[in-house]
Amino acid sequence: MRDQRFKELRLDGIGRSFGDQAALRELSLTIRGGEFIALLGPSGCGKTTALNCLAGLLPLSAGSIWLDDRRIDGLPPEQRGFGMVFQNYALFPHMSVRDNVAFGLKMRKVRGPELHQRVDEVMRLVRLEEHARKLPGQLSGGQQQRVAIARAIVYEPPLVLMDEPLSNLDAQLRLAMRTEIRRLHQTLHLTTIYVTHDQEEALSMADRLVVLREGVVQQVGTPGEVYEHPVNRYVAGFMGYRNMFELDVAEKGADEAVVTGPSVRLTGRVFGKLDGQRAVAAIRPEDIEVDGPGPNRVEVTAEVVEYHGREMLVEAALKSGDRVYFRTEKRLAPADTVTITVPTERVLVFPLDTPAAPAEVLGVAP
Amino acid sequence: MSAAAAGSSTGTGALTLSRRPSLRHRLADRGIDRMLILLVPGVAFLVALFVYPFIYGLQLSLTPASGGPLASYQEFFNDPYLRDTIGITMWLALPAALLNVLASVPIAYRMRGRFRGKRTLTTLLVVPITLGTVLTAEGLIKYLDRSGWVNKFLLDFHLINQPLLLVHNYWGVFFSLVITGFPFAFLLVLSYMSGIDPSLEKAASIMGASWLQRFRYIILPLLAPGLAITFCLAFVLAFSVFPSANLVGNPTGDTHVISIAAFHAAFEQFNYSLGSAIAMVMAAVMLGIIVLVLMWRSRLYKGASGGKG
Repeated sequence: MRDQRFKELRLDGIGRSFGDQAALRELSLTIRGGEFIALLGPSGCGKTTALNCLAGLLPLSAGSIWLDDRRIDGLPPEQRGFGMVFQNYALFPHMSVRDNVAFGLKMRKVRGPELHQRVDEVMRLVRLEEHARKLPGQLSGGQQQRVAIARAIVYEPPLVLMDEPLSNLDAQLRLAMRTEIRRLHQTLHLTTIYVTHDQEEALSMADRLVVLREGVVQQVGTPGEVYEHPVNRYVAGFMGYRNMFELDVAEKGADEAVVTGPSVRLTGRVFGKLDGQRAVAAIRPEDIEVDGPGPNRVEVTAEVVEYHGREMLVEAALKSGDRVYFRTEKRLAPADTVTITVPTERVLVFPLDTPAAPAEVLGVAP
Repeated sequence: MSAAAAGSSTGTGALTLSRRPSLRHRLADRGIDRMLILLVPGVAFLVALFVYPFIYGLQLSLTPASGGPLASYQEFFNDPYLRDTIGITMWLALPAALLNVLASVPIAYRMRGRFRGKRTLTTLLVVPITLGTVLTAEGLIKYLDRSGWVNKFLLDFHLINQPLLLVHNYWGVFFSLVITGFPFAFLLVLSYMSGIDPSLEKAASIMGASWLQRFRYIILPLLAPGLAITFCLAFVLAFSVFPSANLVGNPTGDTHVISIAAFHAAFEQFNYSLGSAIAMVMAAVMLGIIVLVLMWRSRLYKGASGGKG
């Protein structure tokens, strides 16, 4: 019972609809044993639906789930043997911390000294020994979070599902718990699927990311791949490409293109097939240099300057009136006019035809 | 404004004043403020309709026409016909209240989620509350009498040879208590059940608990305090049974319940003292049961049953 490792978990075109609305479409993914996978996307993108389908809390509308050679999508949650950490923790309020942690083992008929030993071990792992007798209501948010994790991993499930476990914690605690979860994963090598809308969380914790949008997978890859080479403007927007300009295609090369607008002319790397007249250029605020010698020179006027310690985050206006965001160590003041530059390889040019852009993407009117 | 505080610190002025908060502030710290006025109607209501009649009745029961102050109580406990009403009523009210509460649990458990037609089903289950005991009694007689539909059906299909005696005895009253008491218990249990965070059950099922284990280890412990309260209310309701004991029971025999005895003493024999004494005994018995149940309840977990916090 203790060793429940598997080679691979295969999601084969799984989908889930509510009425006519498809919350999740055609998700196919092969997860290796021991991997840490993050499902990333804004709320309503289907990531929690995917997690609930895996847990067995929601029946699938399409596709199948395989654990090695065993098909598991027809099993009720109690027979899948997974562990899950809920967003609101869902701790049993009438049981002590210890009983909460022991619950999964008791359901597996683990008794006597073995039960005690395994519960003690996990309580030590999440540093909750001195709170064992308390009720969950007497604990702080971070402690409740650790109980929820301990409870999900104590029976060493083949797969641990985490549903935005850190979203109810304050910023500092979130950072600490992030490291904690990563440490647990490295110690126990439990295959983990982690749902989050926080790209920083996903990038820092996961071995691989799955970016979802409106129930459809956009990109699967390592944090490096997704961060450096987003496949479309949507993933780029999610990965911190805050500046998005919709421009005319002036020149098209093999992997470079020149795009122009009323007050900008940018050369960048092409991702995808540029068919139409228009394209989207995506630039990260931190890739922009002020008064540098580089290419892609644009003159802008600073409007809002936020102090961020070593750097300033500046919102500036192009001559056309469109906004551009950049980070700089230079001390700028509102109304300062500066020239910004971006290295060619840091300008990503995407075709326009991907579906509707998320809200935070800034389009530029011609 | 803070005259009291200023008065208590003569001379030193603002410095002392800032250290010692005003009287109003100190009272507010202990929960005494103008909002207490909101309690007045409630307290007045309680005094006028409960405290005063209770004291008046107690005083009546202790001043019998002849004999010492406890003569009415002695009369009640010395007469087996009167004394036995406690047992008879208990024997009706306890099983009926228990059945009402216990039958509500699985139905409420099944109905805890959202589904189509939930409102209709709830309405159907709750309608008997609106019928009133007299209408229920009439219906019961129509259905369950010797020549009622139930007996006719059973006789016609040769399931029985003799008509069953289902009304004008213990069973008639019992059925009536269930019909009128169940919707009440069900509504309460359903609301307690809906208060339990559904993600607790999901968590338990993922950790490997079957529905029976989820019910046993999660739902039942969180529901138990609510069940205790529901049982108390259902019991009090059933223990004061009166109209149905007359209409579908055998009011001089096996459903000679305690309220009939009190009514008979007070309004047919005009022995107000005895009537009041019986009412006091009735109150004491109900109080005793409630205290027992609440003592059990005090040992349970009673905090929030939702996971949020």
